[in-house]
Amino acid sequence: MLANHANLLQFFSSVEEVVGRKKLQKMIYILKKNGIPFGEKYEFHLFGPYSEELSLRVDELSNLGLIKETKEDKSSYFQYRYTITEEGQQFLSHYDNQFPDYQASIRLLKEKSSRFLELVSTMLYFEELPQEEVEDKVRTVKKKQNYTDEEMTQAWEFIKSLKQQQA
Amino acid sequence: MAYRDEKLDEEKVFKDPVHRYVHVRDRVIWDLIATPEFQRLRRIKQLGTSYMTFHGAEHSRFNHSLGVYEIVRRIVNNFENRKNWKKEQRLLLLCAALLHDLGHGPYSHSFEKVFGLDHEEFTRKIILGNTGVNHVLRKVSASFPKKVAEVINKTYGDKLIVSIISSQIDADRMDYLQRDAYFTGVSYGHFDMERILRVMRPREDQVVIKESGMHAVEDYIMSRYQMYWQVYFHPVTRSAEVILTKILHRAKALYKSDYTFKLRPQHFISLFDENVTLEDYIRLDENVTSFYFQAWLEEDDDILRDLCERFLNRRLFKYIEFNPLLHVKEMVELSRLFSEVGIDPEYYLIDDSSSDLPYDFYRPGEEEERLPIHLQLPNGKLKELSRQSDIVEAISGKKRTDHKLYFPQDILEALPDDSQQKQRIYEILFQ
Repeated sequence: MLANHANLLQFFSSVEEVVGRKKLQKMIYILKKNGIPFGEKYEFHLFGPYSEELSLRVDELSNLGLIKETKEDKSSYFQYRYTITEEGQQFLSHYDNQFPDYQASIRLLKEKSSRFLELVSTMLYFEELPQEEVEDKVRTVKKKQNYTDEEMTQAWEFIKSLKQQQA
Repeated sequence: MAYRDEKLDEEKVFKDPVHRYVHVRDRVIWDLIATPEFQRLRRIKQLGTSYMTFHGAEHSRFNHSLGVYEIVRRIVNNFENRKNWKKEQRLLLLCAALLHDLGHGPYSHSFEKVFGLDHEEFTRKIILGNTGVNHVLRKVSASFPKKVAEVINKTYGDKLIVSIISSQIDADRMDYLQRDAYFTGVSYGHFDMERILRVMRPREDQVVIKESGMHAVEDYIMSRYQMYWQVYFHPVTRSAEVILTKILHRAKALYKSDYTFKLRPQHFISLFDENVTLEDYIRLDENVTSFYFQAWLEEDDDILRDLCERFLNRRLFKYIEFNPLLHVKEMVELSRLFSEVGIDPEYYLIDDSSSDLPYDFYRPGEEEERLPIHLQLPNGKLKELSRQSDIVEAISGKKRTDHKLYFPQDILEALPDDSQQKQRIYEILFQ
C-alpha cells in the first residue's frame, strides 16, 4: 500500500536534503536508469527527462507532512528544499527493509550540480544511441547550455562509475 | 510536383463538434489518415473509463488527433509571414500533430502500469517501423519519419515546433479540454481558443502569448484545473480504472501460475510475457479487450470472473477518503482482516492517489523544471504567467492532493453480521 510514496520517502531519508526541484527530478531519473525501482514515469521535456508523476507525488508527501518543502525567492525563479520530517520517518518505519540500499549512489549524485545532472540524465535518455550520436543529440537539444567537451567526458565517467557501483 | 507539396484537387472536410470543421488539403495528411494504424485510433476511447461516469464520453483518440491537427493548422496559418516562423516546417508540424497519440493502446494508463508499456515508445515504433504510416512519411523523404518522431518525443532541435504540440499551452491540451468537456457534458473546460490563437506569437524557441491575451489564458488554466478534479480524477471513473487494472493483474498472475484459460488469451500472451512486438501492439484495441473480458466471465477463477463482471456491468467499488499519515496502521490491520474473511486485499482493497493519474496542473516552472507559459510584454520582454496573473498565481500555489481507498462494499455486506472482523472493518472504514 502506497509503495511508491514510501519508496520516495526512503530516498528523502537517505539523501537528508535536496536543493532544487530540477536536481530532485534528475537524481530520481538517474537512479531509476541505474535499476532503482522508482515507479514514476518520465518523459522528455525541454530541460531533459521530467516526471509529472514525481512532481505530484512530492506535492502529496509535502501536503501530508511527510516531507518538508521550503521555498526561497531567487528573484527570477523560486528554489525549493526538501527534507524528510519526523512523521515521514515514522511512516517509513512501517515499510522496514523493503527497499534496496543505494546510499553510495546518492552520495555521488548529491555532490553534483543540477546542470551536471541535467547533462547526465539527458545522456542516459539517449543511451541506446552510439556515444557520438548521444553527444550530437545533447548539443542539439541542449544548445543553450553549451556543454563543453570536458563536461561530456566527465559525464561519461560519472555514468560509468554509477554503473560499476550498481554492479 | 514533389509528394510533400501535393494538394488534393478539392479540400476535404470532417464535420467536428468542437472545431466545426477539420480541413485537409495536403495529400500527405489525407494518406496518413487512411493508414490502418491511424484508423485503429477509432477503437480507442480518449477518456478510458470515464464513460462509466459521463455516459457521453465515448469519443476516440481518432477524434482528438484530428482536432489537434486542426488547431495546429490554424496556428500555422496565423504564423505565416511572422518573424521566427519557418514555412518549411509546416508539414512536419502538421504530421506530428496528427500522429502525436498514435502509440496509445486501449485504456493506456492501466495497460502501461500492469505490463510495463510506454505509449510514447510505441508512437515512435509505429512511425519508424514497417507500417503504413512509415510508408507514407518515407515518401516525403527518408529522414522525414525520424523528424516527426523527434518532434513528438520533444527531442527535435527546433523548440518552437515542439512547443506548439507539447508545452503548457499547446494544441494537444487545447483540443482535449474542449473535446472532453463537450462529450462529458460538463460546463467546465470552455475557454476562448480563437482569442488564444490570435495572441500566440512565435519566438525563436517557444510560443509565447501577447500580454493582452492574458485573461483568455487564465480561463484556459482554470479549465485545466476544474477538468482535472471534476472529470479526469472523478472517483467513480477511478473506481472503474482500479477494477480494470486489477483484471489485468489477475489475468497476468493466472497466466504466470500456469492456469489453463478456457479460451487461450492469444492477444495478451506477449503482454503477459512482457515481450510485445509492434505487430502485437497494433492488433490490440478496446474491441479485443472487451471480447476477452466477456470471455473471462466463463472462467473458473472466482476473482477474474468477479472483476470482469463488475467492470462490464458497472458494479464498481465504493470508496472512502483517507489520510495515509493518520491511517497507516489501520491500513495494515484492514489488509489482515480482509484476508481473514476470505477477501484477497491485493485485488479488493486498493489505495489510489491523485498522483496516480497522468494529467498535469499548470506549473510555473521553478528553476527551469519545465517550460512555463510566457507573456510577451509590449516592450518585447517575457514574463512568466503566474507572476503577472493573480488568478494563476493563486491556483499554481495551492496543491490540492487526494487519497482514496477502494473496496467492494457488496462483498463486505454479505459477511455475517456477527463476524468480529466485519465489525472491525466497518469501524475502520466508516468511523
